[in-house]
Amino acid sequence: MLPASAPMTLAMGPSHPAMHGIIRLNLQLDGERIVDSTIDIGFLHRGFEKMVERHTWNQAIIYTDRLNYVSAIINNTGYCLAVEKLLGIETPPRCQTLRVIMSELSRVMDHLTCLGAQVMETGAMTAFLYAMQAREWIYELVEMCCGARVTTNWTRIGGLSADVPPEFVDAVKERIPKLRRMNDEFSKLLTKNRIFIDRTKGVGVMSKEDAVSWGFTGPILRASGVPFDVRRDTPYLNYDEFDFEIPVGSNGDVYDRYNVRLFEMEQSLRITEQALEKLPDGPVNIADKTISLPDKLDVYGNIEGLINQFKLIMDDHGIKVPPGETYLPVEAANGELGFYIVSTGEDVPYKCRCRPPCLPITMAMPTMIKGEMIADIIPIFGSVNMIGGELDR
Amino acid sequence: MQKKVTNITITPGFKEDIYWVEVFRGLWITNRHFFVNMWRLTLNLFGIKTKTRAVATYQYPEEHRPIHHRLRGRHRLTVRQNGSMRCTACMLCETICPCDCIHIIPGESPDPNVEKFPEQFTIDVLRCCFCGYCAEACPMDAIRMDVIEPEFASYTRDILFTKEFLMGQTKERPWEKWLEADMKSKGA
Repeated sequence: MLPASAPMTLAMGPSHPAMHGIIRLNLQLDGERIVDSTIDIGFLHRGFEKMVERHTWNQAIIYTDRLNYVSAIINNTGYCLAVEKLLGIETPPRCQTLRVIMSELSRVMDHLTCLGAQVMETGAMTAFLYAMQAREWIYELVEMCCGARVTTNWTRIGGLSADVPPEFVDAVKERIPKLRRMNDEFSKLLTKNRIFIDRTKGVGVMSKEDAVSWGFTGPILRASGVPFDVRRDTPYLNYDEFDFEIPVGSNGDVYDRYNVRLFEMEQSLRITEQALEKLPDGPVNIADKTISLPDKLDVYGNIEGLINQFKLIMDDHGIKVPPGETYLPVEAANGELGFYIVSTGEDVPYKCRCRPPCLPITMAMPTMIKGEMIADIIPIFGSVNMIGGELDR
Repeated sequence: MQKKVTNITITPGFKEDIYWVEVFRGLWITNRHFFVNMWRLTLNLFGIKTKTRAVATYQYPEEHRPIHHRLRGRHRLTVRQNGSMRCTACMLCETICPCDCIHIIPGESPDPNVEKFPEQFTIDVLRCCFCGYCAEACPMDAIRMDVIEPEFASYTRDILFTKEFLMGQTKERPWEKWLEADMKSKGA
């Protein structure tokens, strides 16, 4: 028989109804209080980095869809921007603005999923359903421009797979007020609700210093009070043309993270509105035919277009990226998503390392839940917004 | 452009502490949704169409979600006006396919005006990741992924889309025969 003071070991996960994905928390419990814990990851490891090495530069884009599958377009954009940086090219302004619009809508989608799941697990089923309905409006837009809802595969190196359809702008403009209204209702249901505040206020606190030293980025770092945003500090695309606010919290608890995410959705909608206003006309792909595929009219109609098409697709003939290495961070919904790419001048990447934003945050889970109750794991883990595909790659 | 840093910390005050005010505000929202949706449903019952749908969900097998025409559905091979294949077995789709799910065996075409054609063109659809690269790479507009058949399911795991099926010349699905044979062999 164990002595009465020995902590009880409890494995939470890998498949537990309250864990978002497959991950295991090994808890050492004293009653219901968590004395110590370790975290096991890697149940969804698919070898993203190795798979990218075996595919050409453009083929690798489909694997970035599967990283953070809630906001796949941000991953597509991040990978393509890194390769474009190595190639030393810049995409046309229309392509950049469209990438901004879809990135921001994806961010809204990601925050809706995260907040919806988080509040559902703390007991607010209605708010979750409102969030899912709003997410569906954005999925329709994604389907409209990419042809798929989740596995978007939208961007290409040097442009986009296709320009948005003509009805796209009106559809976005119609949905923005609806999303705002939903945002407002979501906030009214929860932000000042005593039950929700009691579950989240002062829970899972991460101080400013700890958050920085753990390597946190994104909304969870801003909730701790550090105004770091990749879109402001190292602007990519044309983010420096847009006017938006960066929310910071001061306590670094689950309640602040919730508020930061809610505020960020509003800011993303603001950026989308500004981008729609200044959406320029013109091509979406760069004119260099050694990088982007020619128009279908050229391919069907003349021999040069046909040759370009074959030259870009045949083995050992595709995009030749000059030898070198680069790192480019983008602001994904969870934080800084970076791609470190090494090229040896061939048509396949030599190495592609992805910096997932939720890895440092998930690794800090044992620190965040230490001394809390078992029931507090649920809102804390919800606020971490762990995405299995991105964490384990 | 300006990027302002805003502190959004909310300190709960007296109104949040007494609980009832905010809870009734929340109930007001859910109740408004309930009665608005109820009103729309009642109107729909009398045959009056509302601008917004009464409920967000679709009664799936009977009612289908509107699908945008850009959706990447099942592959199909297009045909010329005389009914022959447009595909010339140039192998671009097989080359660009990231999951190696297209298999083409080229052969000499019976038509003297066409040099090559695929004797066999199979798509192992369970390997397919529906990226749409094959349709993008095709220089002949021979393979398309569109909304002709956006949803398809099967009971078996050995689905190979044959050339005839992809061209729409046969409606029958070979895997259903295989399933039958498989069931018989197991004595079911």
